[in-house]
Amino acid sequence: MSLSSKDKDIVRAFWAKIGGKADEIGADALGRMLMVYPQSKTYFAHWKDLSPGSAPVKKHGKTVMAGVGNAVAKIDDLAGGLLTLSELHAFTLRVDPANFKSLAHCFLVVLAITYPTDFTPEVHLAVDKFLAALARALSEKYR
Amino acid sequence: MVEWTDFERATIQDIFSKINYEVVGPAALSRCLVVYPWTQRYFGNFGNLYNAAAIASNPLVAKHGTTILHGLDRALKNMDNIKETYSELSVLHSEKLHVDPDNFKLLSDCLTIVLAAQMGKDFTADVQGAFQKFLSVVVSALGRQYH
Repeated sequence: MSLSSKDKDIVRAFWAKIGGKADEIGADALGRMLMVYPQSKTYFAHWKDLSPGSAPVKKHGKTVMAGVGNAVAKIDDLAGGLLTLSELHAFTLRVDPANFKSLAHCFLVVLAITYPTDFTPEVHLAVDKFLAALARALSEKYR
Repeated sequence: MVEWTDFERATIQDIFSKINYEVVGPAALSRCLVVYPWTQRYFGNFGNLYNAAAIASNPLVAKHGTTILHGLDRALKNMDNIKETYSELSVLHSEKLHVDPDNFKLLSDCLTIVLAAQMGKDFTADVQGAFQKFLSVVVSALGRQYH
């Protein structure tokens, strides 16, 4: 299920379309994940407020999206490009990789809401593949 | 037994009262066949599924998508007994259709995304949570009679 050049083109184009909305989309996706998959809250017990739209959620949504943007730029070599982030997630954060899927799904939901006509099945397919590849790259150093 | 909050019950009833079955059903099934192409294995006799455009315009896919979505009606009417309600359908999917139950989750995810696109901002995090909970209960019931 590796990314074809067509997939990469679609992802890059869609990321360009998202542009400045990235932070808002990231915050929305993160807030949704915390609400819809409550087990994900266990990683943020140190936050004062985990509700959608709260300050920590907004801030962290921005951080996560910066990571996604970085991955889009390094789409030709995700494992290499995300090495440091993988080490962070593996040794420090130790996020169970199942949560990557939950966040990816919420991200897709927000894209569907934000781009109801442009988020076609073909775009959905390419982005879903990309997010899965991203998750795999992030899990590289886990064991 | 599944505990439903008043918000969840009201949200689910509201969603289905407004849903256009002939649009959402086909959109969800065709999206599933495109995004998870291995699901096409169950539709060998549906004719042309060669690409996304063919799938989107395939009348058999459209008809079946509508059928599947209506299949959720029985859960809607029996929210306190979804397990038993899907007993026969579970046996059907296992014994006759031989559908891998993992596929139910794939279709659920596509249905969620199609509904999100339809509802836009109204598909808030709470609404998403209620809808996904409803689907996961149905999915679990559908997988129960497999052995």
